[in-house]
Amino acid sequence: MAASKASRLGEEYETPKAAPPPAPVRPRLTLDFPRDRIWKTRIEKVNAELVVLTYGTIVAQLCKDFDSDYVEVNKQLDKMGYNIGLRLIEDYLAKSNTMRRCSNFRETAEMVAKVGFKIFLNITPTITNWTSDSKQFSLVFDENPFADFVELPDDNRAQDELWYSNILCGVLRGALEMVQMQVEAHFISDVLRGNDTTEMRVSLIRYIDDELPPEDD
Amino acid sequence: MSHLAAGKTAGAKEAAGLRYPSNGKTIYHRPLNRTKTAELSQSSFAYLFSEMVTYAQRRVTGIQELEKRLNLQGHPIGLKLLDLLLIREPARSQTRPLNIISLLHFIKINIWQHLFGRQADRLEKSSNPDTPDEYMIVDNEPLVNAYVSVPREMSQLNCAAFVAGIIEGVCDGAAFPARVTAHSVGGKEEGEMWPGKTVFLVKFQPEVLEREALIGRA
Repeated sequence: MAASKASRLGEEYETPKAAPPPAPVRPRLTLDFPRDRIWKTRIEKVNAELVVLTYGTIVAQLCKDFDSDYVEVNKQLDKMGYNIGLRLIEDYLAKSNTMRRCSNFRETAEMVAKVGFKIFLNITPTITNWTSDSKQFSLVFDENPFADFVELPDDNRAQDELWYSNILCGVLRGALEMVQMQVEAHFISDVLRGNDTTEMRVSLIRYIDDELPPEDD
Repeated sequence: MSHLAAGKTAGAKEAAGLRYPSNGKTIYHRPLNRTKTAELSQSSFAYLFSEMVTYAQRRVTGIQELEKRLNLQGHPIGLKLLDLLLIREPARSQTRPLNIISLLHFIKINIWQHLFGRQADRLEKSSNPDTPDEYMIVDNEPLVNAYVSVPREMSQLNCAAFVAGIIEGVCDGAAFPARVTAHSVGGKEEGEMWPGKTVFLVKFQPEVLEREALIGRA
């Protein structure tokens, strides 16, 4: 049993590796293969459309409740995402099996894009547009499952005010806060608004110092 | 005069309409079946669903109202799924369900299979002669409740009301107006096989049964 499993895992390593010429090995980040394997073997999956439609109905309800005050809807989505992020990080740590801290923010970005998004949404946004101080980057979403089946209301406002996938910003903020990073995230373009790309800007505000637990006595 | 001017600007604005990306990434260019078999992680669903319930809970005063709200959020999904799943059927079975039984089968098989990856467990007609308009769809273990634990003081609550809303949407969309509610019927004792067992009670409007009877006679 164990042997057959090992050989199966071995195969998955072999097949993709045989084709391309030896890629430059990244010294520290060896996650390129496991992340696909994690998705294939360790993640309980459901039909994507169930998730997508559920998200759609959440946003639609918010628009209704706040009378199409899209600025407020963005805020609410961000808040929901934040709540999710606080809990999601544990799930992430358990599933990604990365037992160590990221040594810098660039590495964090890699993990967010290549492991985090992969585990939960099966996508890998591209990391780009770093600022020279390595504190700000963009995630460009080639694909955004949440945006499937979606068209924003044609009311001359939604396309200027609503960030449909804003929940993702909150998730990032909440999850990173739990690992001592205070970040700020917001979308700067969205295909749903008529832009050519969907892009989120993420900035590191500060590392949160470990606080000593209150003394017992 | 001012009236005319106002009309004109409104017209111009309308003409502007929605903006679309120049690379053609719009819902009109996207193949309808692209995500037919796509998968996402179940945790993503669980997180979203729990936020949805928490949010709904803040805006209601009672359990019934909460279930009503979840039901309302499922309704539009059902309406759309009916068309989406029918259009994906092979041409010969692409017709809308025309009687109660085929509608319920469509829900039990197609809708369930699509959303939850398996069929619903059972389909029953009410055995009570007073309520011939009631049908039951039984799910032993609703996927949406997988990570939901209901506090004791709210034991009446079944978050699958969301799924009930989806079913109601399908029924309404197929012109079989109905009320659908979710009820927990799993035993609470230790060792119970299906503690989360849920019955979706489908109660059709009188006109549906009337029509059904007419068709039956013809």
